[in-house]
Amino acid sequence: MYKDILRNIDNVAIWPMISFIIFFTFFVMLLWYVFTADKSFIKEMSKKPLQDGSENSNDVEPLNR
Amino acid sequence: MQLEKIHYDNKIVKAFIIASVIFGIVGMTVGLLAAIQLFYPLFNFDLQYVTFGRIRPLHTNAVIFAFVGNAMFAGVYYSMQRLLKARLFNDTLSWVHFWGWQLIILAAAITLPLGFTTAKEYAELEWPIDIAIALVWVVFGINMIGTIIKRREEHMYVAIWFYIATFVTVAVLHIVNSFEMPVSLFKSYSAYAGVQDALVQWWYGHNAVAFFLTTPFLGIMYYFLPKAANRPVYSYRLSIIHFWSLIFLYIWAGPHHLLYTALPDWAQSLGTVFSIMLIAPSWGGMLNGLFTLRGAWDRVREDAVLKFMVVAVTAYGMATLEGPLLSLKNVNAIAHYTDWIVAHVHVGGLGWNGFLIFGILYWMIPRMWNTKLYSSKLANLHFWIGTLGIVFYALPMYISGVVQSLMWKEFAADGFLKYQNFLETTTQILPMHMLRAVGGALYLTGVFIMTYNLLKTAASGKFVANEEAEVSPLVKTGHTGGYWHRVLESKPILFTVLALVAILIGGIIEMVPTFLIKSNIPTIASVKPYTPLEVQGRDIYIREGCVNCHSQMIRPFRSEVQRYDPKGGEYSKAGEYVYDHPFLWGSKRTGPDLQRTGGKYADSWHYRHMLTPQEVSTGSIMPAYPWLYEQQIDKSSTAAKINALRTVGVPYAEGYEDIANDDLDKQAQRIVEGLQLEGYETTKETEIVALIAYLQRLGSDIKAEKVANANN
Repeated sequence: MYKDILRNIDNVAIWPMISFIIFFTFFVMLLWYVFTADKSFIKEMSKKPLQDGSENSNDVEPLNR
Repeated sequence: MQLEKIHYDNKIVKAFIIASVIFGIVGMTVGLLAAIQLFYPLFNFDLQYVTFGRIRPLHTNAVIFAFVGNAMFAGVYYSMQRLLKARLFNDTLSWVHFWGWQLIILAAAITLPLGFTTAKEYAELEWPIDIAIALVWVVFGINMIGTIIKRREEHMYVAIWFYIATFVTVAVLHIVNSFEMPVSLFKSYSAYAGVQDALVQWWYGHNAVAFFLTTPFLGIMYYFLPKAANRPVYSYRLSIIHFWSLIFLYIWAGPHHLLYTALPDWAQSLGTVFSIMLIAPSWGGMLNGLFTLRGAWDRVREDAVLKFMVVAVTAYGMATLEGPLLSLKNVNAIAHYTDWIVAHVHVGGLGWNGFLIFGILYWMIPRMWNTKLYSSKLANLHFWIGTLGIVFYALPMYISGVVQSLMWKEFAADGFLKYQNFLETTTQILPMHMLRAVGGALYLTGVFIMTYNLLKTAASGKFVANEEAEVSPLVKTGHTGGYWHRVLESKPILFTVLALVAILIGGIIEMVPTFLIKSNIPTIASVKPYTPLEVQGRDIYIREGCVNCHSQMIRPFRSEVQRYDPKGGEYSKAGEYVYDHPFLWGSKRTGPDLQRTGGKYADSWHYRHMLTPQEVSTGSIMPAYPWLYEQQIDKSSTAAKINALRTVGVPYAEGYEDIANDDLDKQAQRIVEGLQLEGYETTKETEIVALIAYLQRLGSDIKAEKVANANN
């Protein structure tokens, strides 16, 4: 029955195709960027959580084992 | 370079942590009670405020928005300040955010047991609370974007992207799904009807999982996991791909909650395809998390924080593989409506969200109180008891899900269903439900152990309300072009807009065609608006949360058609729901489907069944509803309800609201007289009469259509 409804929309079949093309294009651009990105920048960014400026950072010994 | 002294706000983080732990205990305790009610209906206490139908949404809202939500804000605010090297944008906004969110939770805790609900899963709260949520969410957003703008780091780290996506997407989801027409202060009708309402709701519901329970916690993972392991993140490249493909794909996958329903086929297929594609970014993220631990696995054996994180990330991987598999139509045909789905969400909830939260709490609290963890033995005990809890929760639910589904579908040699009585399949799985409650109790025990350990830890140290940090001021390096994403990482507003575009594309392309369907086109000629009495009855059905256990959606399988519409032989059609504001398809069949229940039993059967379900159906686990026999139908609301429904598109004639109560009285009188003939005395004002009218209406329109066709 819903096919009757969808007949009223022009070219409904193209909707999923458009979505696929949009995503695929974006994804290819992303891959292109990622593989050509500056190595030192990537390395620097991956260390960000470890450089938060506070001294109170890493130690794990508990009080009472 | 001159170093600058700044102070991170720990006080707001502390407040969110305390709220998270308290509401975690409350929410899980309510969950445990709900689990027990499913094998000992006695625990519904014959009290309307604590029946399963009302406290199941209380449990889900409490654990999602109060436990996980508060922990998310704690983790986001803690990590964001340190990743951006800036104190939060505005302390007042932080506290408005905190108290606003707690007030919303309080409002939920009061209104849900009172039966004020929209019946839409994870969006049950009524419209005034919806507005409050939107406002508080905007406060959170301003505070976050403000902090990003005053940062002392040129580039935003990947965790921040996930937080931005969380903010914009949840805002969009919440607003679109909350379009509703108020009737009174605590009653509204969804602006959408039937199929459209279902699509919007599960676009919301699925992405609430994605953008409330997943993306913020991926951001938290990307900060706290490297921190706890003291290792840089394994691959920043992978995290870029992880982020964009995840938010781009997730938004499409909602229709996988509606496979084999009356939703158009193309939308179902879209949901399946995007769900399968989601495996890639999800597993990319999981592997990125696990590989960050390379070289630190020896510490995983000893450090409870890392243990919790490893299991959390692994649970994320399992749940995100299982999800796409459940989106395959053939798997979904077995799993949908069963305990399998309950197991799936709890692997995600208890494993991914819960364990990641425990991990960051054990990590943050010693540091915020400038001390060490009180006891790593207790933390390890919590880890093992919690892990055992997850196993004892999930395994019985998988077994009971598959067992029950196969029993529903099994045919005997004579061509009839082998288990014609739904109840046979219910009693079969009760032992599994008991085991599940044991699993839940174990998990909750672990939380108590953690609470004790964290309190002792805090007591042993001194709280650092404003943590000092020395940071260098922001120096803009400028960009020489080429790497567009790198530029993007330094432009938060543009980044936010692009993230919004990414999620809107999916939402719009998926929903527009369904919205172009004019809701009156697919009308089956015989499908008519509900009568005033049925409207009142339907609202009682909504208030009591019947939808939590009963679906109204017969899928096109021989086994379902034969079970739920043996005479008519019809599965559910989109046209049957055009006047359903909101839709009540349900997502779980703890009891049988009710879409064709009209005319199946006598009024007197319903009358007795709602009062003493165990006497009518031996072994039934349904709660009794004695208050429906005392409380009166709120006839003063009828006119407002007719008006509101007309506004959202139900074709009641102008002026009908003035005479609606006359029709209501007449129909009620007929039911009361019928009951009297069978020896049951009641008055036409009692709520049970309205509920019976609604239940007897269900599915009767399509039966009338058949009769009309036969006569032609």
